[in-house]
Amino acid sequence: MLFYPCFICGGNEMMKILLLSILLLASTGAWAADSSAPKLDIGKGGQCVEDTQWMRKNHMHLLKHQRDEALRKGIRDEKISLKNCIECHASTKDDSVIARDDSFCVGCHRYEAVKPDCFECHSGTRKSAWLQQRNAK
Amino acid sequence: MSYTSPYELKSPLYYSFITVALLLVCGGLLAVHEMESQGHIITGMNNQIVWGMPHVFAIFLIVAASGVLNVSSIGSVFNKPDYKARSPLAGLLSIAMLGGGLMVLMLDLGRPDRIIVAATNYNLTSVFAWNIVLYSGMFATVFVYLWAMMERRMYPWSKAAGLAVFVWRFVLTTGTGLIFAFLVARQAYASAILPPMFIILSFAWGFAVFHLAQTAIYAWNGKTLEENVRKRMSRLMGVFVIGALYLVATYHLTNLYFARQTAFEYFILLDGGIYPQLFWFGYIVIGNLLPLLLIFHPSLGKTKSVIGASLAIILGAFALLYVFIIGGQAFPLDIFPGFEVSSTFGDGKIASYHPSVFEVLLGIGGLAVAFLITAIGVRVLNFVPREVPPKVEQH
Amino acid sequence: MSEIDTHRRNFLKTSAGAAAVAIAPGFMLFDIAHGKAEGASSKVRWGMLIDTAQCKTGCDECVTACNKENGLSGGTAATDSQWIRKIEIKDVSSGRELSLPMMCQHCENPPCVDVCPTNASMKRADGIVLVDKHRCIGCRYCMMACPYKARSFVHEPLHNQNPDVPRGKGTVESCTLCVHRIDEGKQPACVESCPNKAILFGDLNDTNSEIAMKVRTVASVQIRADLHLNPGVRYQGI
Repeated sequence: MLFYPCFICGGNEMMKILLLSILLLASTGAWAADSSAPKLDIGKGGQCVEDTQWMRKNHMHLLKHQRDEALRKGIRDEKISLKNCIECHASTKDDSVIARDDSFCVGCHRYEAVKPDCFECHSGTRKSAWLQQRNAK
Repeated sequence: MSYTSPYELKSPLYYSFITVALLLVCGGLLAVHEMESQGHIITGMNNQIVWGMPHVFAIFLIVAASGVLNVSSIGSVFNKPDYKARSPLAGLLSIAMLGGGLMVLMLDLGRPDRIIVAATNYNLTSVFAWNIVLYSGMFATVFVYLWAMMERRMYPWSKAAGLAVFVWRFVLTTGTGLIFAFLVARQAYASAILPPMFIILSFAWGFAVFHLAQTAIYAWNGKTLEENVRKRMSRLMGVFVIGALYLVATYHLTNLYFARQTAFEYFILLDGGIYPQLFWFGYIVIGNLLPLLLIFHPSLGKTKSVIGASLAIILGAFALLYVFIIGGQAFPLDIFPGFEVSSTFGDGKIASYHPSVFEVLLGIGGLAVAFLITAIGVRVLNFVPREVPPKVEQH
Repeated sequence: MSEIDTHRRNFLKTSAGAAAVAIAPGFMLFDIAHGKAEGASSKVRWGMLIDTAQCKTGCDECVTACNKENGLSGGTAATDSQWIRKIEIKDVSSGRELSLPMMCQHCENPPCVDVCPTNASMKRADGIVLVDKHRCIGCRYCMMACPYKARSFVHEPLHNQNPDVPRGKGTVESCTLCVHRIDEGKQPACVESCPNKAILFGDLNDTNSEIAMKVRTVASVQIRADLHLNPGVRYQGI
């Protein structure tokens, strides 16, 4: 829609160049972000459920869909459960995805200033570590 | 037309009122911040008394917001010219109090950050979900009504808008009563008389608030309310007080008849400590007998009496709501009829409730918001009632 | 004129392409989420039968087990969550005394589900009544509505929750019938922990299950049966 006035009036070429340069600047901004992106402690790492770029864009949609399936319908797909994410991605040092500033679920969210609501209720600790802790008591 | 324009500003005094109100709102918001970060453990509410002071304030504001529109309805639907002149002010008060009450209610939620979830996930059997629609619809309807009343081109629509407001607020107040009426297991609630009781209570409380606002505005502007109008309005308020008292009395007397309800009624009316005290002294004496005396006694009934009666009705309203909401929860649930029970979870025991400063601050913050909206609205727009000259009254 | 048309055409093509790219991940999600078709089924109705004759005054093994399993503090202050509690009851007219555990009764017509504004309070297909903490706004209406006072509100920030049992400040919670254990084929913690085997758990809809057979033969009641909620928890010996 933004393009319309530009093409109706004269100066077509000028407008095109102007718009393109604005877009380029915006995308360079994104490139720049990658090089100063937060360092994450990805825990065990390895093969994730999906590839990294897809996960970065869609993990929130996946989680939101999966949570209703698991809780409301009882369809528990272990592979895409939150527990399973934490199983891999909790730091190998402190078994947590939220304990430190570079923890898996904290680093990027801090950078983007988005507060994930999940850990008000969900444990951020790897389940095996939590069980060990409880049995030790 | 005796409408004087522009009205006196008395600026410093006005701005100091606004400042005080803003400070009270800030106090309320600070309380909410503490409640949200530390959790409800800092309040007096617990697993036995789940709704406390904020709900007392909020329900008063919401019920009065609906009731104050009675002035508008008598004007637009029943065509009484004195009331018609007062309809815009009533509309403003309604929006103000609804705003204040909803603010208190929403900020007391355990997760106020999830209001969007409440607005997008509806359970059609839940009165709370209906209320989301009813309350926002009330805002919209009153707004349209005010627009129709205050813009010349829209005036032909004011009767239709007034009728819409009339119907909508009945549904809304019925909904408020149904919040409690639908609680099948609690002895204090689960009664079909609650919706009509709330409706008549709304008439009385709405009129009381209107009188206070009107008297304040008139005093501020150096006007005097014509004696006839004052008499008729205050007497109508008295009639509503009697009507509400009738319904409250019916509710209690009926309850007293059922053997399974007598223990609860004795708790509220006789031996429940603060609850009978508030009910008899707060609601019956201060909330009913005193205002009726002030309104109907031949040597009383002037402006000061009307202010006194209105204040007394409002105090009585708070007392009644405290007894109703909190007393109703304090009495233990009868899970095993015919048995005495005890447990670690308060079964069989009267629950105790000590309101915290946070809850009271939040409630007062809601009142302050209502005051702010009214005070700013009256200053900025043309809400002061225009007097109707006596001659033109006859229809 | 023709210049504008071709530009408009290009614009539409690019935006259609962009829209397709935006929606595509959603279709992929669809596939992933529906990989496993099993879930709770209404063919099953989980229930419990509690034999109060086996329940001893002073014993609260079930409460302790529930607290441990679900990460509750075990405290009994007015703001502490209690998903199950022992109630000592005494018949006023006869003087007979009993002890029994009380938890969410997992009604078939739950008042808490009726009143919840966001459908957070819900009944799963297999009869378990749960609070969906993702949707709970903490209004506490369900707590007002519950005839058994089964629900608790979380009054303070929680830490170190059981990864199987998410619980959080500002939401309402109650006995989940250990849904995380049931979904793995195990029994609720209270059932397993009772030293006198007072609690029997099973599928009420399965005519051959132990609980269904027992319910058919011995006298049992539902608490507040007059409310017609048809709870899944029944009590023997009241």
